[in-house]
Amino acid sequence: MDGWVEVCTTVDIDVEDVMGIDIGGRQLALYHAPDGRIYATDGFCTHEQVRLADGLVMGSIIECPKHNGRFDYRTGEAKGAPVCENLRTYAVRVVDRSVWMDSAQLNERVD
Amino acid sequence: MSDQIRRPSTITPVRDYSMTGPDGQHAVATGLSNARWYTTPLPRAEIKALMKRSDRRALVDTAIYLGLMLGLGVVAVIVWVSWWSIPVFFAYGVLYGSAGDSRWHECGHGTAFRTPWLNSVVYQIACFTMMRDPTVWRWSHARHHTDTIIVGRDPEIAIQRPPSMPRFWLNFIGFYDVPLSLRQMALHATGRLSADEQTWIPASDWKSTVRCARVWTVIYVAMIALCVVTTSALPAMLIGLPRMYGAWHHVLTGMLQHGGLADNVTDHRRNTRTIRLNPVSGFIYWNMQYHVEHHMFPMVPYHALPSLHRAIADDLPPVCPGLVAGYRELLPALRRQRTDPEFVIDRPITSSSRTTEEAT
Repeated sequence: MDGWVEVCTTVDIDVEDVMGIDIGGRQLALYHAPDGRIYATDGFCTHEQVRLADGLVMGSIIECPKHNGRFDYRTGEAKGAPVCENLRTYAVRVVDRSVWMDSAQLNERVD
Repeated sequence: MSDQIRRPSTITPVRDYSMTGPDGQHAVATGLSNARWYTTPLPRAEIKALMKRSDRRALVDTAIYLGLMLGLGVVAVIVWVSWWSIPVFFAYGVLYGSAGDSRWHECGHGTAFRTPWLNSVVYQIACFTMMRDPTVWRWSHARHHTDTIIVGRDPEIAIQRPPSMPRFWLNFIGFYDVPLSLRQMALHATGRLSADEQTWIPASDWKSTVRCARVWTVIYVAMIALCVVTTSALPAMLIGLPRMYGAWHHVLTGMLQHGGLADNVTDHRRNTRTIRLNPVSGFIYWNMQYHVEHHMFPMVPYHALPSLHRAIADDLPPVCPGLVAGYRELLPALRRQRTDPEFVIDRPITSSSRTTEEAT
């Protein structure tokens, strides 16, 4: 697991829910899908700076708590107004119950 | 009056409510726009449970709403024209021109139903009855939630300062809103959007606004043609005019949402009012009387707002006890604002005993 960093465990996030984490100043949202898989995206809605960790997960959709902006958190796809821009997604690996993320991707500059 | 809400007179002497004026620019430059708002801390499990969606309650309510409207419409045709027309159109108009407002609102938020297409269908119907372009108003309402009663940023400030009382009263029968909506529809039908609208609607959505305006224009022209051909006002009484003669209830309740309260603040407890309503008005208004709660947690469905209210009531100003009490508070404030636009009704906010730690 060179270059990967352990960020949490799967039990830290309820199934069909989201949790916010801060890694090196970068706000991320981690999702525990109903099928048990873990996904990660940027922590803020692309419409306005609202924390997705306060939003509602329904199946594979995360809904922004402020304006009903919806994304497929598996792909980051924006699902319609008021969100027009996709969410950035991040690679995640689960080993036993530990959730790991690629530190190289986390360190990439975001413009 | 609180000093905290005093607007710097260095911007302009009079508030500029346009989306392209100095007040809006000042709000953006100072961080007042897109700011972080106060939210009552709630445990994640509790707010998650409150945000949970279901179709059942909204399906029942919508069946009643549309069923009643359809039934009353049929009765209105049968009894046209007689003394019975008065109570029938009275009820039909309130459903068309007032209940449509709250259905537009809830379905626009996408919270009324769990199933997205059900929200979309009811949203489109309500937009038509309320003469609100579905795209323009979806975006304007998103801005209203981002920048609630921030002058020059919120396009949905119903009562500006100093208030125009003729506009206030005439809107109870749609005399300001309806001509404005028709002018906007005509503008959109020609393929254009106003300068203000262009500031909050992305260019990618302009086409759908134009398309919708053209479809609606055809419907209204057909309705007028039918009136002419049948030499009867009945078609207009069923489509279009109820937005005026039935508007009074949504204006009556809607003016209390933010009227007379602070502007340019970032705490919904100070610029928004929760009132107590009778069950009939509550049905028409779809629980939007819990307005502070709605603004703090916009993704909580209307049917869960009473529970949300109970969960956070200790952190909110006292509930306004009813419509009469609301207008006893609002009207004197508006009269005073005509000469003193800085005057606002201060909401008593007790320092919250809650902490974020308690909520997690």
